[in-house]
Parts: sequence; C-alpha cells; structure tokens
Amino acid sequence: MVKTVLLFGYGNLSRGDDALGPLLLEYVESHCNLEQIEILSDFQLQIEHALDLEDRSLVLFVDASVSCAGAFDFAAIEPSRDKSYTTHAMSPAAVLDVYQSIKKQMPPPCFLLSIKAEKLELGEGLSPQAKHNLDQASHFAARLLQQPDIKVWLQQASHGR
Amino acid sequence: MYEHLETAENRENLKRVVVDPVSRVEGHGKVTLLLDADNKIQQARLHIVEFRGFERFIQGRPYWELPVLVQRLCGICPVSHHLAAAKAIDQLVGIDPENLPVSADKLRRLLHFGQLFQSHSLHFFHLASPDLLFGFESDISKRSIIAILGEFPELGLQGVKMRKYGQEVIRMVSGKRIHGTGAIAGGMNKSLTKAERDTLLEDIDQMIEWSAASVRLIKKVHCSNLPYYDDFATIRSNYLSLTKSDGALELYHGGLRAKNDKGETIMDHVDYCQYNDYIHEEVRSWTYMKFPYLLSMGKENGWYRVGPLARVNNCDYIDTPLAEAARVEFKAHGEEEMVHSTLAFHWARLIEALHCAESIKILLNDPDIMGHDLVAQGEKRYEGIGVIEAPRGTLFHHYQVDGDDMVTKANLIVATTHNNMGMNESVRQVAAKYLSGRELTEPLLNNLEVAIRAYDPCLSCATHAMGKMPLQLELIDVEGKLIDKLVKHSSGQIERNSNG
Repeated sequence: MVKTVLLFGYGNLSRGDDALGPLLLEYVESHCNLEQIEILSDFQLQIEHALDLEDRSLVLFVDASVSCAGAFDFAAIEPSRDKSYTTHAMSPAAVLDVYQSIKKQMPPPCFLLSIKAEKLELGEGLSPQAKHNLDQASHFAARLLQQPDIKVWLQQASHGR
Repeated sequence: MYEHLETAENRENLKRVVVDPVSRVEGHGKVTLLLDADNKIQQARLHIVEFRGFERFIQGRPYWELPVLVQRLCGICPVSHHLAAAKAIDQLVGIDPENLPVSADKLRRLLHFGQLFQSHSLHFFHLASPDLLFGFESDISKRSIIAILGEFPELGLQGVKMRKYGQEVIRMVSGKRIHGTGAIAGGMNKSLTKAERDTLLEDIDQMIEWSAASVRLIKKVHCSNLPYYDDFATIRSNYLSLTKSDGALELYHGGLRAKNDKGETIMDHVDYCQYNDYIHEEVRSWTYMKFPYLLSMGKENGWYRVGPLARVNNCDYIDTPLAEAARVEFKAHGEEEMVHSTLAFHWARLIEALHCAESIKILLNDPDIMGHDLVAQGEKRYEGIGVIEAPRGTLFHHYQVDGDDMVTKANLIVATTHNNMGMNESVRQVAAKYLSGRELTEPLLNNLEVAIRAYDPCLSCATHAMGKMPLQLELIDVEGKLIDKLVKHSSGQIERNSNG
C-alpha cells in the first residue's frame, strides 16, 4: 500500500550545504509520525522519480538552494517544461512535467521546500548559517506534515512559508 | 589530428568565444575558442574548471568506510565508485578476485550490470536522443527529455522505465537506492531474496526487447546520414579497456588491453595492479584535469580513449547472443576495422545496454545470487587496487593504508580523465571543421556540446544546485572589445547583449 504523503529530499551529504535536503529527512524521521508519510532520498532528481509520484495525495520536495531569499522558502509547484538542457539534475517542476507526459494526467499536489545554502564543496560540513536555516526549516516541515491537508499547505505557500 | 589547435601563436590578437559551462554533462566544463580576424579557429580547449579533491576527501578515513564514502564523489555513477573501492579493499583484507565467494562475485556483477544499464539508458534516452532525433542545430526548447516525451511518447516512456529498472536492480542488490552497503571488504553483505529475484524477473524480457529496439534505432539514426555521423567529431585514437582472458567484453574484472588506431595490439592481459608501469599522467598548466597516456608510446602518441566505443572496439566478442549480433553489425559497419566515429559512442553504448539486460537475466536465473556464503577473509595487506569498467570507461581506485587501517594514500583515475585528450581532440575537430569562419549562433555552439556529450563525461561530482549551470558565450574582437554576448540561463532563457 502506497503511503499518501511523499517527502522527497535530495542532495549530497558530503557536499557541504547540499546535504540540507537529506538532513531534513533525518529530522522528520525522528520527530514525526510516519504512518502516512513515505520518505525518499537521492543525490538529484531524475526522470524515473516521476514514477514515485504515483498514487500520492501530497508531495513535498526538499532541496538546498543558493538563491533562497530567507532561511527557507515554501511554494506550490506546477508541471513546467524544463527548457534548460542541463537535465542531468532535473528541477521538481520538470519531474512533474515528465509525470504528466507519461501518465497523461495531472500530478498530485506538489510543493517545494527550499533551504538557503551557502557552500557546496566536496568534503565540507554544513556551514553555521545553513545549520541555523535547517533548524527553522525542519520545525516548519514537521508542523506541515502533521497537517497533510492541501488547503493548509496552499495557505502556507501563499505566505511563502 | 588537431593538436596544432591546442595552443595558438599571437593569442593577444585573437577573438575569444567561451562556452561555459557545457550543459547536460555532469559538473562544470568550459570550452574556449580563440578566433582570428577572419573567424578562423586558432585555439580550442576544453577546460575542467572545478578541482575535485577526491584524494583529499578519502585520505585519513578507515578503509572499510570507502565503499559508502566514495559513492558521494559522483551522483551519476556512485555504484561504479562503490564497486571499484570494494575491489581495492578486498585486497586490503587479503582477498584477490578469484578468491571472492561465488555468490558475492555474481551479486556484484548483477549490481554492476544494473548500474551500467540505468546509466546508459539515462544517457541515450535522456541526454543524447534530443540531439540525435531532432538534430544538432534544432531549436533549444527541443533538446531535452521533455521534448522526447512529447514527440516520441513511447520512446520517452521506455527511457523512464529502463532507467527505473536499473535503479531497482541496484536497490535490491545493495539494499538502498543510494548509499547502499552491498559490497564490503571480501564480499557482499546480503544476497537477493527469492521475492526480489522474482520481482526483477517480471520485467527483464521487456527490458531486453526495448534494449534491442534501441540498438536498431541508433543504427538507423547513425546510418541515415553516414557521411555526417562517421565524420562529426571523429578522431583516430588508441583504445583502452578490460577484457576477459579469452578476449570477450568484460565490464567487472579482467586484464587491460590497449589497441592502436589500426586495431593492432599495444598490450594485452595486463594485470591492472601493475597499471603504474603502463600508464602515466601528464599535467598541463591550462587545466586541472590530467592527460593519461600509455608509457610505451610516449606523451605525444600514447593518449587513448575509454568507454563503450573502446570496449566494443577492443573486445573479440560479446558473450550474450543479441549483443554479440549487434556487435557483429557494428564491426561490419566499420568494415572490420576500428570504428573511430565519436558519435558511434552512442551505438556502442546501446550494444552494451543490451548486453547488460541479457546478463541481468542470466544472473537472475542463477541460484548463486541467493546464496549465503558471501564474505571471505585473508591476511591483511597495506595496498589495494580495484579497476572496473564504469559506464564512461575504465575506473581505477588505488589505496594504501597504515597499521591502524587508515587510508594514507589514494589515487583515482576516472573515465573522463582517460578521455580528456580525446574530448579535446573532438572539440578541435568540430571547431575546425564546423565553426571556423561561420557566424556564431547557439545551435552552432551546440555542436561543440554534442561532441563532448558523446563521451558522456562526468566532469565533477554530485552537486546539483539549481541555477548553477548557465551558458555564456562571449565574442571579443581583436582589440579585446566585447562585441557580442549570449547568456543561456538555467531556465533555458537566452539573453543577448550585443554591442556590435
């Protein structure tokens, strides 16, 4: 039986702040009721991850982002044809578009939690600022996942968090 | 060859065109072209702009951490690093490949075939097919998997499912999607359950069928415009790969074989633990990436290519029937000579994907993969070398440890480093033949990327930060004045700032 909520964090644990996505998953695993939540992780998003969206009611992607305005951003995402051809690492919106293309239907409601990152060097640990950002984003995600309701998530997204 | 274009004379009087970074390859690459007043190419170089620091990342860690640790070097081929490291640390616990338990050896091969299958599928269906099916100078919006899904829905879906299947093989053998601990020093830490085996068997015939169809497709595409496909970015080179002792294609463990551009054997059945006696690396001041060469042939003539084209060229046969039939057709296309077409990398890659699918089926039907004798132990050693054929080519891991089992020295030679000179030569060929004297446009510059992409290079590691991959082109006149600038943002949007 597929769990209805998917939490998908991606990044490389050994590349400094790129670890933010997978590290948030560790927090959720140890602090949240996972009865309805499936947790998946990978280095980066690829085409086959579209198949992980099947039969979900809510999906939350979590990623490090150097362009994040605050400590973290939270937004609803729609399928979008990824015009870049740098798709060794796809954007979540492009994964949704792959889903739409192969399933011939709209993907489930999907959201992106972006956590502000600063340094992404191989062998580095989390930067102090990223650690602070991770703490804030983790508490936010835990509260969000306790209310797996599209209306609540959309309301949060309309406020940016 | 085109080595005369590596360094130009009177560089201060040349225009500079920068393609930075190359897209749809892993990591950061940059192509610089210096043009004279007549737009003739005077210098062409592929730069690797990120220093990887692999060795520093590994030194000082206990050896048993390596199979997991090294997976984080690369988000594209973590399993290849995992297995190369495992082969190296087998030796640290006194186990040579022939002494690995049979079940462990077959499980590792199954894991490796899964990795190659998903990687080759990703490259063809996801990264290369937009160029091959829509044309190298097609509209930029068509050059992605999304466009493939739109115009060739069945093909696009097959690509997604083939990639997914390979990932499932990895997940079931190693226990996880990523950071799996399948291979450990001296063996494996789990075997496949009957339920896992049966699940993978359900779809394997479909995978073989789709793989065979993809070989037919690439042959059709290649032969549809033979003069172009056989000429584009094509260079004559030496080739290096592993082979079995009887000369068959080998991807997991074998001896080193090198052939020259005429197909004559340079070396054969060389124990890879002696690689330092046969392969050296040259440092050049303008790039971080080294240039490996065969010592017996010297720096000038000893460079070589690795990867699918090298492996299919070098081997005497493939030991699975459909892939062997495909190889025979491939060699017939080359009139039994070495095939030097750089775009034939795609063809060879899909022959290998078919071989992987056939091999996965054979292994899934072998009861040894469900065996429980998984680990062997021997006497501790202080040095270990592991070599496998990763998707992009021959991968070397070499470690030394101290009495406390900590890594004191690490040396990695990755496939993209082996292909460094080959990629540079292909860039120069394309620059000289296709760009010189023509107006610089984005589709034209995509030709350079197509040449590099054929090698499926992995230029960096598993960084994926969004917004980090813009494409910038600058045209500077002989006085050094910027007259034209094209910026491709990560969204694909093209911005032009022209002063001319």
